[in-house]
Amino acid sequence: MRFETPTSVDQAVALLAADPEARLLAGGTDLLVRLRAGNIAPSTIIDIKRIAEMTVISQEDGGWRIGAAVPSAEMNEHAALKADWPGVVESADLIGSTQIQGRATLAGNLCNASPAADSVPAMVAAGATARIAGPDGTRDVAVEDIPTGVGKTSLGKGELVTSIHLPPKPARSGDAYLRFIPRTEMDIAVVGCGIYVTLDDQGKISDARVALGAVAPTVILSQSCADTLIGTAGDDAALDALAAAASAEAKPIDDKRGTIAFRKDVAGVLAKRAARIALARARGDS
Amino acid sequence: MSQIHITTTINGDETEYLCEADETLLDVLRDHLDMTGSKEGCGTGDCGACSVVVDGRLVCSCLMLAAEAEGRAIETIEGMGQGDQLHPLQQKFLEHAALQCGICTPGILVAAKNLLERNPNPSEEEVRYWLAGNLCRCTGYDKIIRAVMDTAADMRGAA
Repeated sequence: MRFETPTSVDQAVALLAADPEARLLAGGTDLLVRLRAGNIAPSTIIDIKRIAEMTVISQEDGGWRIGAAVPSAEMNEHAALKADWPGVVESADLIGSTQIQGRATLAGNLCNASPAADSVPAMVAAGATARIAGPDGTRDVAVEDIPTGVGKTSLGKGELVTSIHLPPKPARSGDAYLRFIPRTEMDIAVVGCGIYVTLDDQGKISDARVALGAVAPTVILSQSCADTLIGTAGDDAALDALAAAASAEAKPIDDKRGTIAFRKDVAGVLAKRAARIALARARGDS
Repeated sequence: MSQIHITTTINGDETEYLCEADETLLDVLRDHLDMTGSKEGCGTGDCGACSVVVDGRLVCSCLMLAAEAEGRAIETIEGMGQGDQLHPLQQKFLEHAALQCGICTPGILVAAKNLLERNPNPSEEEVRYWLAGNLCRCTGYDKIIRAVMDTAADMRGAA
């Protein structure tokens, strides 16, 4: 196995395009576990942390660009980013331990393509896009279009995610992410739900995005859930309708972490609770 | 296969080593550099026994390749005390009997030191969450938490 440390995106793309058996290393919290288990045997490890532009959080047109090598701990320490998109930052802050958060990245969580990835529903609810660099140049893709199945992504040969972009946060908007695990930390989501809402000047919900995690092979961005909120004031009846829609949209499997019936029920409960937090944030109550 | 030559700083000392591309930092610390204070519990980032600090950030050395350490500043448990002079956390762990078998202790000390450097006055809840990735199967954690809280209070008083 070789170890490469490109210092530019172009170098990383060239290395990746030249070697289909190469693997990218950002935080390594998934990659090293797989290496050790013998699940993968890459010819080359390409460490992207020496690419300066991929290690920074920067403001861009009122939104935020988060480099693919930025660890979640750094996001959690970034007061302005956290003030704009607390749901996204909190979702990344739920991943693993302090030690894991010192290394794990949003882009890695996305490209690892686990159905249970905590940050993915939060990014999808926030309307995040991934910037992809490849042999044919650069393109921006909605986060929900990156995972295509368990462990599979829509990235082509020689392509890598270089950053995640969070859009400018409109006035009177808020986001939130909640997950269910059997303990309080250090576990994998049984169900996750990210919600984003914008209120009009009358306090009615004018825009909403609802994303469900761990209840299908890939994250679900649900229009039927969003429709239960849009045009309402986020009252109890709307939240009950949201919960019913989320339970209906969830297409989970039975496994050791939860049954189908339990996960469908919890999807509704989490959607309701996350919506309450997002609404409070949009109203400026929290 | 040609080995990778790495120059890094460990506990303030410039250190060079040769490693394979698939060796972890923990492998090199323990097997090449004879720094066996960092322990391998799980090897998958779950237990925290291999905790070290890299450029100020707490990480699991089992989840970092040794080749990644080029030019970084690494702190391990071996750098915590100064000769016979224990770090206040080490002293308090003895006083509170905050360990039994001791395998998890180096990782917990490294993690707790990093916490107190960032936050000299953590709440009990903050200590418990910070140390959630450091598993101890002996103590039940209570003495560990008390030792960290007591150290923080002492260090604030001395400052």
